[in-house]
Amino acid sequence: MNAPDMQATDEGMPVSWYEATARTRVRLLLDAGSFREFVGPEMREVSPHLQIFDLPEQFDDGIVVGHGSLGGSRVFVAAQEGRFMGGAFGEVHGAKLIGLIRAARDIGTIPVLILFDTGGVRLQEANAGELAIAEIMRAVMEARTAGVKVIGLIGGRAGCYGGGGLIAGCCSALAVSEQGRIAVSGPEVIETNRGVEEFDSRDRAFVWRTMGGKHRRLLGGAEAFTDDTVSDFRAIAIGLLASTPSFGIDTLKAEQSRLMERIQQFGSLSDAVDIWTALGVPDADSIPAMPADQFISLANTLRRASHDAR
Amino acid sequence: MEDLSFRHTARHRAAGSKNMAIIGVVASGNLEVLVERILPDGECVIEIKTAAEGFSDVWTAVVADFVDRHAAGGLKFSINDGGARPDTVSLRLAQAVRLMQEDEQ
Repeated sequence: MNAPDMQATDEGMPVSWYEATARTRVRLLLDAGSFREFVGPEMREVSPHLQIFDLPEQFDDGIVVGHGSLGGSRVFVAAQEGRFMGGAFGEVHGAKLIGLIRAARDIGTIPVLILFDTGGVRLQEANAGELAIAEIMRAVMEARTAGVKVIGLIGGRAGCYGGGGLIAGCCSALAVSEQGRIAVSGPEVIETNRGVEEFDSRDRAFVWRTMGGKHRRLLGGAEAFTDDTVSDFRAIAIGLLASTPSFGIDTLKAEQSRLMERIQQFGSLSDAVDIWTALGVPDADSIPAMPADQFISLANTLRRASHDAR
Repeated sequence: MEDLSFRHTARHRAAGSKNMAIIGVVASGNLEVLVERILPDGECVIEIKTAAEGFSDVWTAVVADFVDRHAAGGLKFSINDGGARPDTVSLRLAQAVRLMQEDEQ
């Protein structure tokens, strides 16, 4: 099981972001010993709904929120636990994230890091979860309007799906690893609704090249691509906090133009490989197997993260 | 869901000065253990909410073995269990005691 997780450190063997728990990610992402949790597990703010369904609860309802320092600067941080109910948003889970982002909005000077690891809304508390998604999206936009940077880090088991994908789309910037998938409807959902000819969810290579981190980076949906280690995520988070510009109406207009250009340029193409070829990748078929460091330099030559948009 | 509660007398106070620690995740075949230093030094309480019903005999044995093998006096363990095997439960309990010995508050 994940016994080494407890004593895992940055020193010596690199720690996989994908394999780590939410608590380990937070502990190793931030400066050593700096994390302080809000509404910690000892407060037992569990879901009020799961008991009705005879399902086990988790003391933190699947999300860790708090503050700490990153590279010496203060940050708010939220980390979803993808292994508890797929990291899904329930009432308490959502409320903890809403509270954190609103606090950042009111203070105005402390950025927020959201460590997404979610399949979307928790079906057992769907109404509360959907409301939470909407309130979080509003809170993110209010915080950004108040001058707060909201950075998403995506590389967990559950990926970033459903309402999580919508919230990620509202963030100031995203960093993603190969394992981090970003989308709204998941592969099985698309296949169920639109048929196997539209999307074959059992074709894993197809799923990964459509929703995976490399494609998101090349399409411009994610600003940065990172290798799957906690120390790489830490470095990329520090970099994005420094490079992400402030937000205003010009940013939104630039984002709208970027998306319009994207649909014009790639809208008729039916596979990610065609898009990579159109982007000028010399051997597009080699992208899925390419090591992270090679991919990062290739992506940087093709497509520098455009900071006039978002 | 089934609720179980065990109270044991402990031979030794749990080492360290930490007041609280948590380890594990509630998932299929896994569990979380929240441990708090809130009891008199000679007592140990373990409260369990488990998704796997009908295994109280196994829990009784695993908990007795744990209290026998580890210095857990003064600790209250609260467990949310997603149907973990006994060896996983023993591992998480041992990890929880170990975490309480670390310096960081």
